[in-house]
Amino acid sequence: MSALLEVADLRVAYGQVEAVQGVSLSVEPGTIATVIGANGAGKTTLLAAIMGLLPAKGGVHFEGEDLAYVPAEERVARGISLVPEQRDLFATMSVQENLELGAFRRGRAEIPQRLEEVYALFPRLKERRRQHAGTLSGGERQMLAMGRALMARPRLLMLDEPSLGLAPLIVRDILKTVSQLRDTGVSILLVEQNARAALAVADTAYVMELGAITLSGPASTIAADPKVSEIYLGGGH
Amino acid sequence: MDGTIALFLIQDGITNGAIYALLAVALVLVFAVTRVILIPQGDFVTFGGLSLAALEMGRVPGSVAMLLALAAGAMVMDLVAARHDFRAKRIGAILLRTLVPAGLISGAVVLLAPLQLGPAVSILLTACLVIPMGPYLYRIAFQPLARASVLVLLIASVGAHLAMTGLGLVFFGAEGYRTAPLIDANFQIGPLFVSAQSLLVIGATVVLLVLLSVFFGRTLIGKALRASAINQRGARIVGISTELSGRVAFAMAAAIGIVSAILIAPLTTLYYDSGFLIGLKGFVAAIIGGLSAYVPAVGAAFALGIVESFSSFWASAFKEVIVFMSILPILLWRSIWSPPHDDEEE
Repeated sequence: MSALLEVADLRVAYGQVEAVQGVSLSVEPGTIATVIGANGAGKTTLLAAIMGLLPAKGGVHFEGEDLAYVPAEERVARGISLVPEQRDLFATMSVQENLELGAFRRGRAEIPQRLEEVYALFPRLKERRRQHAGTLSGGERQMLAMGRALMARPRLLMLDEPSLGLAPLIVRDILKTVSQLRDTGVSILLVEQNARAALAVADTAYVMELGAITLSGPASTIAADPKVSEIYLGGGH
Repeated sequence: MDGTIALFLIQDGITNGAIYALLAVALVLVFAVTRVILIPQGDFVTFGGLSLAALEMGRVPGSVAMLLALAAGAMVMDLVAARHDFRAKRIGAILLRTLVPAGLISGAVVLLAPLQLGPAVSILLTACLVIPMGPYLYRIAFQPLARASVLVLLIASVGAHLAMTGLGLVFFGAEGYRTAPLIDANFQIGPLFVSAQSLLVIGATVVLLVLLSVFFGRTLIGKALRASAINQRGARIVGISTELSGRVAFAMAAAIGIVSAILIAPLTTLYYDSGFLIGLKGFVAAIIGGLSAYVPAVGAAFALGIVESFSSFWASAFKEVIVFMSILPILLWRSIWSPPHDDEEE
């Protein structure tokens, strides 16, 4: 059994402070893995390091290959896409241009077909395709950020807090899309503060506290864990 | 002053303004993508002009040595950066984008220069010599500082300009040159004498501006450059590397520099150090446009050209003073009316 993404003893430091302290995790092909944890646990830093946006120590292997000297741009070409917490859209460009740029590493020829697939997944984006990305609502921005990442046809999609700042109904839609994507064969690494929603769609789960993984296992087991349900799921009510 | 003189001054001003517009566009382009205020832009213009003049006379231009020096520098930087991953393929790739193209271009220029094959070939050879200097200069001076502040980048830019001027003295010598005009003709339209060269300047500038807007609006690489200007991290996560957009932006700046050189070299005598003052006019126009917008920068460049030609008529001793002073009220106006914002986006 070889994992799609294998992270071993990953460490990221901001000066003296180690934000990620020896994290190991893996994502199996065709599954959703989630990392849950409180604000400031180091989840965003973890994803940025896996993407290659931050210098990190430790091993990141994707499809068995060591990514140590592979820059972020090259990781996109190899099949890893990140939907960052701040979305990082191109605000003064149209929705369609944002999507086209998502396929930058795949070339012009693939754009029409990819666009069709993304518009099928998010019909709202098609309605708004000529609008500037900066004029979209929060939910639409999240859709655009996901659509842009999917334009690269990733094998691993990393989502950083996709539910942040969104209404519960929209969160439900977004997470439904995430499980649809898994069914089409895209593996997903989902980082969430909203533990209940994340555990409901995930296959495996990791609990992260103060830069370290404190608990891991199948999502259903983690959801049933009394400590997790007390701290993260607001159990006991 | 009568109407004829005014018309003549306006024509002269528009001609100069067109050249400043090209410089301003190059500065805005490079600043938007890399946050570098490209002081050496004027050097690309002088090196282009001096290379054209040398080729016209059948000599091998000093830019051959300059190109080889920059390519060698870029190669050393790339090899140092690749020290963790010393595979033959990687080293081959580095050679293929540094010394190999520079060597081939230099060889071609050395062979073809004495044959004096005419202006079209001279322009082509000059373009081949000067355009690659852009990406090499980016590799040497700016790529290692990609995360630095605008101020640090500006200091590096001044350093790069001083170094390039010094190399210019070594490779081109202290003598000034002027090329023959591409088209030598004059027309009379009503009371106005129009030289074909000034029509060429305006026409070429307009064509180039149109081509640039098509490039940014329609092509994927043009959109990628805009994207890196809007959100650097967003660009990286879709796979647009900071280095790639930096290199493309610098190559385009050098190419725009060549166009400026072709247009300006017959109109004024260029020396190895003329670049600074030429670049400064473009810089003033770009600053008036806020260093971020093409259309206001182009408008400001034309206005600056006209102000310059009128001030050279009324108070020629104060020509430069008036031109550079004109920036003050505009900066004041901008600082009052535009909201303060951080220049360090992160």
